[in-house]
Amino acid sequence: MSAREAAIRVRGLKTAYGSHIVHENLDLDVWQGEVLGIIGGSGTGKSVLLRAIVGLKRPSAGSVDVFGRDITRLDDAERQAVERQWGLMFQDGALFSNLTVRENVLVPLQEHTQLDRTMATEIADMKIRLAGLGPAAANKYPSDLSGGMRKRAALARALALDPALLFLDEPTAGLDPITAGNFDSLIRDLQQALGLTVFLVTHDLDTLGAICDRIAVLADKRVIATGTIAELRELDHPWINDYFNGPRGRAAVAS
Amino acid sequence: MRDLNLHLLGFRRKSTRKGLMSKDDTMFTVREEDGARILCAQGDWTVMTVHKVDRDTELGALDGVDVTAIGDIDTAGALVLSRLAGPALEHLSGTHESARQLISLMTQTDIACDPPSLPGGSLMDLLERTGRSSIRLWNESVETLAFLGEALSTCTRLIFQPRRLRWTPMVAVMEEAGLDALPIVAFLSFFVGMVVAFIGATSLSEFGATIFTVELVGISMMREFGVILTAIILSGRTNSAFTAQIGAMRMRQEVDAMTTLGLSPMEVLVAPRIFAMVVMTPFLSFISTLSGMAGGMLVGWLALDISPVVFTARIQDYVPVSNFWVGLSKAPIFGLIVALIGCRQGLLVGGSVQSLGKHTTTSVVQAIFSIIVIDAVFAIFYMELGL
Repeated sequence: MSAREAAIRVRGLKTAYGSHIVHENLDLDVWQGEVLGIIGGSGTGKSVLLRAIVGLKRPSAGSVDVFGRDITRLDDAERQAVERQWGLMFQDGALFSNLTVRENVLVPLQEHTQLDRTMATEIADMKIRLAGLGPAAANKYPSDLSGGMRKRAALARALALDPALLFLDEPTAGLDPITAGNFDSLIRDLQQALGLTVFLVTHDLDTLGAICDRIAVLADKRVIATGTIAELRELDHPWINDYFNGPRGRAAVAS
Repeated sequence: MRDLNLHLLGFRRKSTRKGLMSKDDTMFTVREEDGARILCAQGDWTVMTVHKVDRDTELGALDGVDVTAIGDIDTAGALVLSRLAGPALEHLSGTHESARQLISLMTQTDIACDPPSLPGGSLMDLLERTGRSSIRLWNESVETLAFLGEALSTCTRLIFQPRRLRWTPMVAVMEEAGLDALPIVAFLSFFVGMVVAFIGATSLSEFGATIFTVELVGISMMREFGVILTAIILSGRTNSAFTAQIGAMRMRQEVDAMTTLGLSPMEVLVAPRIFAMVVMTPFLSFISTLSGMAGGMLVGWLALDISPVVFTARIQDYVPVSNFWVGLSKAPIFGLIVALIGCRQGLLVGGSVQSLGKHTTTSVVQAIFSIIVIDAVFAIFYMELGL
């Protein structure tokens, strides 16, 4: 299968805050073109793993290769080249509050491309609409938007440079089920249309069922299992059992 | 170089046709074919390369688009291509799966947004802004006074019900905003005292009256500089801290939570800070005055041969003690202003980080402004009283 080229390859990762070890000997592969969901109990370091992969948190040991480059050992120019290839959507958006939605999306476009202002604006507008926002949203400030709209705006900014790899940190947390469902299908549509690789941290069982090709389970400081929901349900691990075979898990699988 | 780099890294999405990777520059040509005019795009049409496309040429009517020669394409490239080709996109030829997909994505969905709203620059706008600012200034003054009234009534009530007063936060503020500010206040006053002594020495030496430097330092430090320096340092240091602390609590809805739990923010947040500042500012002013006079004394001793003994004796004999009380009497008022404005601006913070920054700035500006204006009012007041 030609798609089994790794977009992200994590080997022997160890991260720690002071004496508190979050991950140890963590291995993970994300194949190109797939949607990988990361699950795990609170405090198992899902977001820390994401931060380690994008280089916001320096690992104490191990390697993180993104598109075959060890991102802990890149110089600034190489790092920029890799950074242009990924888009990151933070948990609560992390939109720049002093800029309008359009200006937020323009930031990466103006920083990394040689587009003139008119063309960049057209592209930014297109991304805003692709992310499912209305035409009036472009001129609004993040504080004027609802939670769901902020997430869409954040997604538009993450997609600004047409990244090959998209990181989503709890994209549906805090959204009502209908909005969350729309958001899921939006991500799925964009992923298919643009051929994205998606690294998704989530708590949302419905999201897992709806858009993830594979799921990786974080526990005991490492990835204890990866596979589809069906495969994971077969495993005999107490936490995974509770997760998928609890009432909420069963409901999500049933749908 | 940049494009080369991307190719070397080898993770741009490849066209579906292997081996036909285009090395051409990003461009397009118009080809005539059986009387039909076909737009042929070639090269990579991605967000990194699409700026090379010349979009200003008049293309005339087109009858079709050929995407065969395109290398990589992404949404930005598809957008530019669809803008160039317009209605001709309906006749899309060429085998390039991702190009077809992306172009149809561009044509299916509505992708325009409202144009950006530009700020106007006319005379009317200027007048409107001036008017709004004036009204805001007036409202701001009225609301500050209202807040002063509310805070004072809460404080008075608490004085008669000392058990309701939050002693722990009050003492914490006294330490943080009072005691911890001591070194900086003392240090700066010391230097201002030295400067005053130097200026006095240079001007007074022309009249052979350098000994009057003692009175100059004594009176200016006791009456004005000691207290005003303290107040201004507290405006920068404590007032902004109050706004930031309370503002951060507002942003995280802690203040709302407090209200729903039946706690009055006035009682819990504002009153302890006001009491702490009213108590600590006179103390800091006192230290500031002493430290300033010590600075003057050092200059007198080293540069003017006025020994510390002579200096102290002359202060006792020739500087009326009323100066000291006049200065110190202003300190609690300034402390009140610092706490009051800091807390008020903090409580006004809305949901955004920007508003926190804005209110912190406003807070410091208002505090320093009020302190200097009120100091001037005091000067007139005491002059009329003949003190």
